[in-house]
Amino acid sequence: MEPDLVIQMYRSMLTIRLFEEKVKQLYQAGEIAGAIHLSIGQEAVAVGVCSALRLDDAVFSTHRGHGHLIAKGGHLPEMVAELMGRQTGCSRGCGGSMHMFESRVGFMGGNGIVGGGLTLALGAAFAAQYRGRDGIAVAFFGDGAAQQGTFHEALNLAALWKLPYLAVCENNQYAATTPFVAAVPTADIAPRAAGYGIPGIVVDGNDCLAVYRAATAAVERARAGDGPTLLECKTYRVEPHCGIIADKRPKEELERWGRPDRDPLEHLRRGGGLSDAVISAAWHDVEAQLETAVTFARGSPYPDPAAFLREHANI
Amino acid sequence: MRMLQYIQAINEALHEEMARDASVFVIGEDVDQNGGVFKATQGLVERFGARRVRGTPIAESAFTGLAAGAAMAGLRPVVEFMYFDFVGVAMDPLVNQMAKIAGMSGGQLQVPVTVRAQTGARTREAAQHSQSLEAWFLHTPGFKVVMPATSYDAKGLLKSAIRDDCPVLYIENRQLYYETESVPDGEWTTPLGVAEVAREGRDITVVAIGYARKLALSAAQALEGTVSVEVIDPRSLAPLDLETILNSVSKTGHLVVVHDAPASCGFGAEIVRRVVAQGFDLLDAEPLVVGSAHVPMPFSPPLEDACLPSAASLTAVIRKIINR
Repeated sequence: MEPDLVIQMYRSMLTIRLFEEKVKQLYQAGEIAGAIHLSIGQEAVAVGVCSALRLDDAVFSTHRGHGHLIAKGGHLPEMVAELMGRQTGCSRGCGGSMHMFESRVGFMGGNGIVGGGLTLALGAAFAAQYRGRDGIAVAFFGDGAAQQGTFHEALNLAALWKLPYLAVCENNQYAATTPFVAAVPTADIAPRAAGYGIPGIVVDGNDCLAVYRAATAAVERARAGDGPTLLECKTYRVEPHCGIIADKRPKEELERWGRPDRDPLEHLRRGGGLSDAVISAAWHDVEAQLETAVTFARGSPYPDPAAFLREHANI
Repeated sequence: MRMLQYIQAINEALHEEMARDASVFVIGEDVDQNGGVFKATQGLVERFGARRVRGTPIAESAFTGLAAGAAMAGLRPVVEFMYFDFVGVAMDPLVNQMAKIAGMSGGQLQVPVTVRAQTGARTREAAQHSQSLEAWFLHTPGFKVVMPATSYDAKGLLKSAIRDDCPVLYIENRQLYYETESVPDGEWTTPLGVAEVAREGRDITVVAIGYARKLALSAAQALEGTVSVEVIDPRSLAPLDLETILNSVSKTGHLVVVHDAPASCGFGAEIVRRVVAQGFDLLDAEPLVVGSAHVPMPFSPPLEDACLPSAASLTAVIRKIINR
């Protein structure tokens, strides 16, 4: 593994972690409104997968999508501005947390509907194949979405047409507040891939390098025209489902997933052999970038309602 | 001039737009098998190949979502719903995805999808194959909705829909598929948002949507010499050419809207709302809506006929309003 790539992955995961912690603070302080779904603990999935992609590959995200956008190269000032509902936001204040879009970096949107992105991503994969290009499309989705009908329809069609498609199941053990075992009769989602004749792979979703290696193999397969892969990343949602929903989880479960070696950042620090100097420089830089982003967002104007209605209300 | 069937007009528009723009592709069930169930896609796969004419599994949610995603990536999909009723299994990609993406992304992405949905009644196909569901989509910001009732508009509106950068729901009527009328040679488009005065009259304005245009013209014919009926075909429901309707009502003072969808919460009620809001003083009598009964459409022919508007029932309503 290239040392620079490992450092880059660490910085990207750290950016997600600190971004989410900042968002939590701003939300609690009332500077951010609405529904906020944090991805603390799941950073290795976003970064491991997106590190295997090119800028022109398309990513379709979920309601818990801040990390995916950061990992795909999203711009922090526009992200914070979007969360604060400002004109300078990446969706010009029209999307909010669940509907950030930044198509210039191949980020084709979060999605407020569980399972919604699975079929949209088919379209970007189809478009690449249609034009004879080697771009691919990634659909991130949770273990909850794997129970939606779109999961079956999308994988069947992707496999049938050998679309350059990567289905990444972030199995974070919970569908809102319902535990995985209460929704799924099997231990894993990935074996379902056999039903579509495609590879289904289970990977430790808190091990960024493992996710990266598995994603790289799937991306190569897709680019070569051999079709889609289902990648199930076992991870854990550290925060409650949503800022406003109370959460009761078994203490031993929290302790098990909370061990330092289960933490994606600590796991990569140890496994990647990153020095204290590298870690400390990363923290310093990321904290400064976040401060700049928050200052930018606070100083940005709200969108003009009259201009909005002129553009969008066309009846 | 030449004679052209409504279904041939649809087919001709698809041929012309696919030849004009390499980003246009057709997707849906059976579209590559002998020209599809109703032959709308006849000859396309032979001419443009399987890459651009995509027959799908029975998976409306997947191919509709695929179309939205492909449009986000710059293509111009034309989705075929074999029956309008089948949108029921694809409402998320239609309503929560396709219609919302331009708005949610702050205008960053456009979703130029044309959704062809085949509607119609009076063909004894009962409750799950007879619905006119346009109101669902008219109630959803983000869609444009058109309902051609002639061969001319079947072709002209489909070409405009494909060229438009918004999602357009193009509702075609199977009862009209084999109707033939005289049309020009060559290409034309019908602009979105422009109504047609299908027949001029002095006494009452009948706004007739989709298949109801035929009913209205029959009723106008039957009333000739007694009531002078002006028939307006909006053609495009969103955007709606309200100006043409208001101009007509300012002349006639009377309004009735007729469509196959149930009258309750239908688009007729919306047209009445807008006319009342902007032209209350133009009306000399209560404006009315004629639609189907508020029932799951029954199979038995006498029952179905009793539940749908007809030229006779429309004629009776017009007589009642005009009191002649």
